Amino acid sequence: MIRFVVRRLLQMCVVVLVLSMLVFAWLRSLPGGPVSAILGERQTPERRAALEAALGLDQPLPVQYLKFLERALQGNFGVSTKVLPGEDALQVFLDRLPATIELSFVAMVLAIALGIPLGYLAARRRGSVIDNGAVIFSLVGIAVPVFFTAFLLKYFFAVEWNLLPVSGRQSTGLDATRITGMFVLDGILTREWDAAWDAIKHLILPAVALATIPFAVIFRITRAAVLDVLDEDYVRTAEAKGLTTRVIRARHVLRNAMLPVVTTIGLQIGGLLAGAVLTETVFSFRGVGDALATAFRDKDYPVLQVLILAAAVIYVLVNLLVDIAYAVIDPRIRTR
Amino acid sequence: MTQAQATRHPRGASEPLLSVRDLRVTFQRQGDAAFKAVDGVSFDVRPGQTVGLVGESGCGKSVTSLAIMGLLPERGNTVEGKAVFDGEDLLTLSPSAMRDRRGAEIAMIFQDPLSSLNPVITIGRQVTEVMERHQGLSRKQATPKARDLLERVGIPDPKARLVNYPHQLSGGMRQRALIAMALACNPRLLIADEPTTALDVTIQAQILALLKELVVDTGTALVMITHDLGVVAGLCDEVNVLYGGKVVERGGRHGLFKRPRHPYTVGLLNSIPRLDAPLGEKLDPVPGSVADNLPWASACAFAPRCSQVVDACTSHTPEWEGDHVVGHRCFNPMGGTP
Ligand SMILES: Nc1ncnc2c1ncn2[C@@H]1O[C@H](COP(=O)(O)OP(=O)(O)OP(=O)(O)O)[C@@H](O)[C@H]1O
Ligand code: SF4
Ligand SMILES: [Mg+2]
Repeated sequence: MIRFVVRRLLQMCVVVLVLSMLVFAWLRSLPGGPVSAILGERQTPERRAALEAALGLDQPLPVQYLKFLERALQGNFGVSTKVLPGEDALQVFLDRLPATIELSFVAMVLAIALGIPLGYLAARRRGSVIDNGAVIFSLVGIAVPVFFTAFLLKYFFAVEWNLLPVSGRQSTGLDATRITGMFVLDGILTREWDAAWDAIKHLILPAVALATIPFAVIFRITRAAVLDVLDEDYVRTAEAKGLTTRVIRARHVLRNAMLPVVTTIGLQIGGLLAGAVLTETVFSFRGVGDALATAFRDKDYPVLQVLILAAAVIYVLVNLLVDIAYAVIDPRIRTR
Repeated sequence: MTQAQATRHPRGASEPLLSVRDLRVTFQRQGDAAFKAVDGVSFDVRPGQTVGLVGESGCGKSVTSLAIMGLLPERGNTVEGKAVFDGEDLLTLSPSAMRDRRGAEIAMIFQDPLSSLNPVITIGRQVTEVMERHQGLSRKQATPKARDLLERVGIPDPKARLVNYPHQLSGGMRQRALIAMALACNPRLLIADEPTTALDVTIQAQILALLKELVVDTGTALVMITHDLGVVAGLCDEVNVLYGGKVVERGGRHGLFKRPRHPYTVGLLNSIPRLDAPLGEKLDPVPGSVADNLPWASACAFAPRCSQVVDACTSHTPEWEGDHVVGHRCFNPMGGTP
């Protein structure tokens, strides 16, 4: 198991290294190159040359890459130009990260807590009203684009019915103490219950919007997996042993059905950033997704660089966690 | 079978443990006509006796056993008739009463040992869970018993095997583990549905020898389901030959093999590979296939494949000639009508 984790971590380093090369190549292929990217198009040739020398752009490519890598390893990705001008690019990412973690976490908890039980129920009652209803609902969940779902939620619950805040993470004028940057958690840690409640209200709509697709996918995979497992010979063996329905369901059916579901959850977490970009934009929720959208639109390349590499690292880490979870559930992987 | 057992359970001396009467299983297939997989099967199993159900693929052997166990799919079929076990009709028991008996009084082992074992649960747990369920033992109390059971079914190093998963065992060991699970609560009846079909020939012989030894030792009655009369020869006291969902011939092992009456039984006997046969000699399987079957309602289903066919065979249903010990269903049996 430990060897497995170490091997996967080494693989991860290779992946991130390759990606850093791609990011480097991408940066150099920008119109006008990084100098224009950093200084903008309208600059005097003297200033361009000075910056080129300063950035080492007059040196051979491999040398440039190594220097880029060296700076990157020290956390130096340059300075944000647009998202938060003058701020260190890495710091911009770190400032935005807690918001997105909080949002993604709540969204995934929602998706899992609803998707798995509903998927199981639908499979047990195949062809029933519950089953058909849930299948149609999940189809809609998958088919409707996230930004549209987000927009609809915002329009009805926030604008029309005035039940929840329209945007942002916290009401203006609220003075809350910050510890982790995850507002709900902060409110709980500091016992500022009004702040926690305020943060929760701001979180509900974006989290629901972000949860729709993972929910729909987890629901469908769970349903299909349970249906498959119910047909397995070992379930019939369990029945032949006279085991109680409860034991058969929990020990024999659910556990085996979880194998494909775990993989799916991993993939959905990996894909969450795409949804976060759209959701955070619609709700002006100041997280990584919102930063990514802004950085992309306003050509804030230093920030983009950080975000892309960070997304890759997170993606690979999540995959590692999924593989570990998989090995824990499935002994065929753990024991050769 | 040993001489001792033959005297212990002389023919007809004891009340049947399981008495199947006119069992019918009909599958409703969507858009298709209903399909009678089991069409009026009757047979008895006396305590400690080994009874064979033999026939080609699709003749209804598995459906018969699943119907007795109450393990047919919940929807899409109807079961009629009786399966009286120890004075109670299993087919009318409530699902929960049936659940209490399965694994405790009646156990079953299946054809494919790998797919019949849960891949993510240890062998030990899969054995102990039966005892936890039916004997009220804790997992801790059941574990040493599970170890002993694995030892009894001939699994080497049983202690280490307890924590193994099915994929870590060989095919023969898996089937032994399944037998251990089935015998965990000392059932009075064991149904084995082609328990050796998925195994190598040498392993098959070992598993059959083990089953024989265990049923003799424990006095468990055994229903042995197979398509291979050769398996039955060394094991069963009584043999029921099934064709198209009906029993077409029944007899004691010796009588049936020496003087088969039904042409289908003769065909099956001729298709047993013989060890003394010259190498490469073609076996003589029953010609044709079950696809040619006529409906039992107005004919003998076997007629299109039968060498003995007479006029009545295609216009009337042959009735059962005999009792619950010997008999056949044929207008023109081998050796003439007595
Ligand atoms: N769930 C089901 N739904 C519809 N038809 C079924 C079902 N189960 C079995 N049958 C049909 O019933 C008939 C008898 O099947 P059964 O499994 O009892 O055969 P078998 O004698 O055990 O053969 P085999 O040697 O292949 O195991 C077959 O024609 C099969 O297609
Ligand atoms: S009844 Fe007729 S067709 Fe059927 S087995 Fe006997 S002789 Fe053959
Ligand atoms: Mg079968």
